[in-house]
Amino acid sequence: MSYKNEHHEENFFQKYVWSVDHKVIGIQYGVTSLLFLLFGFFLMMVMRYQLAYPETPIPIVGWFFSESNGIMLPENYNTLGAMHGTIMIFLGVVPLAVGAFGNYLVPLQIGAPDMAFPKLNAASYWSYFVGGVIMLASFFTPEGAARSGWTSYPPLSIFESGQTMWLCGMIFLITSSLLGSMNIIVTIVQLRAPGLTWFKLPFFIWAQLVTSFLLVLAFPPLEAASVLQLMDRVAGTSFFLPSGLVYAGNAVEAYGSGSPLLWQHLFWFLAHPEVYVLILPAIGIVGEIIANNTRKPLWGYKSMIYAISFLGFMSFIVWAHHMFLTGMGQTMSAFFQLTTMIISIPSVVVLTAFFLSLWGGSIRFNTPMLFALAFLPMFGIGGLTGLPLGVAASDIFLHDTYYVIGHFHYVVAPGTLFALFAGIYYWFPKVTGRKLSESLGKLHFYPSLLFMNGVFMPMFIQGLSGLSRRMYDGGTQYAHASDILHWNEFMTISAFCLGAAQIPFILNIFITLASKKTGERNPWNSTTIEWSAPSPPLPHVNFDKDVEVFRGPYEYSVPGEEKDFCPQTEK
Amino acid sequence: MSSIPYILEERPDTGLNNSRLGIWIFIASEVMLFGGLFSAYVFLRFAAPEGEFDYWGSKLSVPMATFNTLMLITSSVTMIMSWASLKMKQFDKYKLYLGLTILCGTAFLAVKYFEYTGKFSHGIYPASSTFMGIYFTLTGLHVLHIIGGLFVLIYFWGPAGSRMWKENPDLLANRIEVTGLYWHFVDLVWIFLFPILYLL
Repeated sequence: MSYKNEHHEENFFQKYVWSVDHKVIGIQYGVTSLLFLLFGFFLMMVMRYQLAYPETPIPIVGWFFSESNGIMLPENYNTLGAMHGTIMIFLGVVPLAVGAFGNYLVPLQIGAPDMAFPKLNAASYWSYFVGGVIMLASFFTPEGAARSGWTSYPPLSIFESGQTMWLCGMIFLITSSLLGSMNIIVTIVQLRAPGLTWFKLPFFIWAQLVTSFLLVLAFPPLEAASVLQLMDRVAGTSFFLPSGLVYAGNAVEAYGSGSPLLWQHLFWFLAHPEVYVLILPAIGIVGEIIANNTRKPLWGYKSMIYAISFLGFMSFIVWAHHMFLTGMGQTMSAFFQLTTMIISIPSVVVLTAFFLSLWGGSIRFNTPMLFALAFLPMFGIGGLTGLPLGVAASDIFLHDTYYVIGHFHYVVAPGTLFALFAGIYYWFPKVTGRKLSESLGKLHFYPSLLFMNGVFMPMFIQGLSGLSRRMYDGGTQYAHASDILHWNEFMTISAFCLGAAQIPFILNIFITLASKKTGERNPWNSTTIEWSAPSPPLPHVNFDKDVEVFRGPYEYSVPGEEKDFCPQTEK
Repeated sequence: MSSIPYILEERPDTGLNNSRLGIWIFIASEVMLFGGLFSAYVFLRFAAPEGEFDYWGSKLSVPMATFNTLMLITSSVTMIMSWASLKMKQFDKYKLYLGLTILCGTAFLAVKYFEYTGKFSHGIYPASSTFMGIYFTLTGLHVLHIIGGLFVLIYFWGPAGSRMWKENPDLLANRIEVTGLYWHFVDLVWIFLFPILYLL
């Protein structure tokens, strides 16, 4: 292999826009998805304002609700809810975790020059981009954006406006995920550097591999379901419309004899594995950072790999625990209850291994480590509060309450998002050759941790009191919710403070980018392969010398060695 | 980008090259896509009133579909022949067999066109019944796959294939092998569609 850059000079567009270099595509994914996360967060702030102060005009963005003098109508609230969920999951977290981190780090951590299919990689990003543009554009169409929730349950989603654009956007996003994850699987299987055997792979790579399998196998059924729903809306079929349906006081003119439950099965067949798509890359990132900052090997490396592989498999047979209330029958409920309880075991294995990794380590409390450490209890809360939802008896009470919202936000927001923040702080020096400021990082971390809990903890209280998750007025018309409604204002203020807590992060990125590049290769004294490449890695080839692997991924503090870390590429 | 390894040669410990693994994973995802639709078919068939699927199914033309089945099976055979010809370094035969594959695919589309327009002229649309809805969705998606495959086949049959044959014949053989795997898969989908829609 020659490591000279044998390509002709590239102009600006070839280098930064239509690039096929996995690093540029990773950064494109990262920037786009962070912007979408911010946008999704803004939608949530508008919703939170409405929940705390219903029937009052919304400040600043009130012009958007001009027909009602700035007051949010129920259908506006539904639109915001649907689009907040869609944007956060499909345009924010998954592209950041798999698109950005996967694309950027997988080839580097396995010592490869690029992804296996660079052009497919670019196609994946641009398909994501088109999907995102369709979703954003739908806000400005006469019909408005989708308003049937991110789950798009029929029959309502067949009649409500805006859904067609949503479905078209989803088909692009699904295609993007498929192309991206195929690419990651082939890259990991085929392009590992000489000597890098399966059990020398960093845990992050294993997490990405399992995630990619979930994406490849779970997303197509949603694509099928989206096509069916599109047919229902556009071609007048009635796959999801039962006979004798009445909508808005009128009998629906359709052939009928379809089933709304069919959608729920197809949707949750994707959407439960999707939960693990959200969490597995985060677990991978946390594993890397914990091993590095405790200066110890990851405890139970192999059992964690078996655990997440088992988790990936099990995630395909738990989907109907979202459907206990649909009356699908006790046998079905019993089965899915059982699998749901079983799937909690591997998650606990992973979390326990992380806690045991901390045992006796000389921990460095830098910003990435703080976020990774906060991930553990936050994800723990998210996971444990899920157990009552997995048991049909208690789910019947808790279903569709704020308890559910609190549960999955604990998993995804202070869970996955904290891990992703940790990853950004940890790998920023590799991507840009500059280290983010520690003091601004801590100014980002502590308020974020505080206010995240301020937003989501009261949801459990409200939910246990029975407050439904879909009240556009925050439950003011709900008689038995009156003694828990004062939490709404508290949560809203927390949410706005949480927004303010992200300002140091944004400032940090721009200030650091403007500072002088140090180009330090291994600022964290890490063992994995990406740190032996220049910072930033060379265009198209990544490494400036041939990569050969001699060691396992986490050889920290090896007795008898001079340094407390032994890089994988050194004998 | 010449530095990416295992584009053509096989990686010793996996015994695969990149594109062969890639296309199998792609096919796995396609299995899940059509699998989702097939299970939707099963679900809807169970939910439908007695005899409804039989009644609407009898409106489809079995002879046309039988002819189409033959077309696709033939095209799969010629697809293999064109790949084998490339491996035996016979470019003319490769062009002949690939041309026949394209012809069979096009014939399939033509028959499908007459089938669809025949239904429309009798006032039968996807909205007519659940069976017709799933019929048009499944076969329509399958037709899209055929059209996509034909684009690839025509690309390699045309000047691009000839150029690749001169510059890097092994790469062309690899591309045709991978395209062939996809084409056989699309063929296989039809082998499932034919009985469940036309014969059951």
